Amino acid sequence: MNYHVMREFADSWGLLFMFAFFFCAAMFALFRPNAKKFARDAAEIPFKEDESHGR
Amino acid sequence: MKFGMQAIIVGFFAFLALLGAGFAADAAFRAHAYVLFLLLATGTIFLLKAEVGEGRTVSIFGASDDGPYDDGVIRAGVIATAFWGVVGFLVGVVVAAQLAFPHLNFEPWLNFGRVRPLHTSAVIFAFGGNALIATSFYVVQRTSRARLFGGSLAWWVFWGYQIFIALAATGYLLGITEGREYAEPEWYVDLFLTVVWVAYLVVYLGTILKRNEPHIYVANWFYLAFIVTVALLHVVNNLSVPVSFLGAKSYSVFSGVQDALTQWWYGHNAVGFFLTAGFLGMMYYFVPKQANRPVYSYRLSIIHFWSLIFLYIWAGPHHLHYTALPDWAQTLGMVFSIMLWMPSWGGMINGLMTLSGAWDKLRTDPVIRMMILAVAFYGMSTFEGPMMSIKTVNSLSHYTDWTIGHVHSGALGWNGMITFGALYYLFPRLWNRDGLYSLRLVSWHFWLATIGIVIYAASMWVSGITQGLMWREFDAQGYLVYSFAETVAALHPYYLMRLVGGLLYLSGALVMAYNLAQTVRGAKSVPTAAGVVAAE
Repeated sequence: MNYHVMREFADSWGLLFMFAFFFCAAMFALFRPNAKKFARDAAEIPFKEDESHGR
Repeated sequence: MKFGMQAIIVGFFAFLALLGAGFAADAAFRAHAYVLFLLLATGTIFLLKAEVGEGRTVSIFGASDDGPYDDGVIRAGVIATAFWGVVGFLVGVVVAAQLAFPHLNFEPWLNFGRVRPLHTSAVIFAFGGNALIATSFYVVQRTSRARLFGGSLAWWVFWGYQIFIALAATGYLLGITEGREYAEPEWYVDLFLTVVWVAYLVVYLGTILKRNEPHIYVANWFYLAFIVTVALLHVVNNLSVPVSFLGAKSYSVFSGVQDALTQWWYGHNAVGFFLTAGFLGMMYYFVPKQANRPVYSYRLSIIHFWSLIFLYIWAGPHHLHYTALPDWAQTLGMVFSIMLWMPSWGGMINGLMTLSGAWDKLRTDPVIRMMILAVAFYGMSTFEGPMMSIKTVNSLSHYTDWTIGHVHSGALGWNGMITFGALYYLFPRLWNRDGLYSLRLVSWHFWLATIGIVIYAASMWVSGITQGLMWREFDAQGYLVYSFAETVAALHPYYLMRLVGGLLYLSGALVMAYNLAQTVRGAKSVPTAAGVVAAE
């Protein structure tokens, strides 16, 4: 596999794959079932810790 | 519990270091091996003398682990962060003074060429790296509700990292360098760091895997991206062939423009994943905690994460505009840098808006003020960066002090301030104190640092643009108007101003160190009215 073959792959299928992955990840985060409730719960995680010290 | 086994292991490696010094192929390696021997021998003696009561873990300044989490290594980490911060800023002031007053270059160990990488590595890797390791261990335990994986492996990460810092720092002063920006240490130090980093990944990932919380909180995504990507960047960028087994010199496996591109692929992603992704992990935990409100939009934080990951890795070529690098690669770097503006500002808005409905905290809480200023600087420098990556802008800004000003508005403003905020958050909690020794001193630190950054960045803008314009000035016959020495002379006043800015920032850090030390001692300053300090 030489430079030109890799370059051609990178700016065609490679690019498409990466964009598709990104698009799916973003869509999943935004519009998965119950996305709103899930996000609200996840945002509360830092406040759930059972610390014996601190405030 | 005694540390017999540990003493034997460290002593064995001290012996190996001594052998390395004995059989060294060159003088630099010999000196470096003696440094390592002294460090490890001292460590062995300390381990032989150290002893803690049965069943108790190590106590650091009066606090030991009786809570649900492993905090000892984090206490050590935050102390190291504060210590290396002061050291790194001090060295920065020294190099700034050397640029303004060349007589301060003391040959051979303390000339600018050797002290400058000491400054960059001390602030990025020693101060920033310790901050990232300590806070990531803190955050991953709290958000996973699990102890650190691997028991004392976390301690190996901590001490291994300190040894790496010591070897890198002494190596620079001895003149041992690969000459690669932000990756100056030679091959044997690189190999050692790889081992430490893999252990770090094991501890971090192991903790995530045994979490008691079904979802992995977004701060951990950023921290994990930082750890994994830095491992990848470090290994590829440092692929090199040593000249001899016990010698300091090595040569990169890449050559010419490939080497340059590899180096800036590393260099820019060190900024993107070390100084951005890792510190965003800090932002997504400590800003909500200090504000006592959940992050403004969790879904935006996920989009922030994926777009940052997918875009940053391509931006490196903008460091090589108008070089032998193919034009398409330069343009690619520029386009991706401009696209990066969007996720960066999405993240900034997310951080800032976390305070929506609680903006009054900016008036009453100097710690949140510090964190919010950090986020604002994140926004400013991630606007300035894409702008500077545009080729026409870059033709004016590149190789000038503008770049230095940009880097420092990001490093001092974003990385520094968010770390100070995290330290102010962590110290009272880690030592079980009611609060910080003095909020008034936090306010002092805030203003000293802010004014310092503003003076620094502003003087470097003026200096950089002056420099860029003087370099490109032609007369009617097509000759350059200014000699290089004339441009240097023109910049002298700005270098003095920069020195003042650096001194202010350093004094702010000293105030912080005093405040944190008093917090650990459990001292209480005279409380002001209602225990809070109003904004000036």
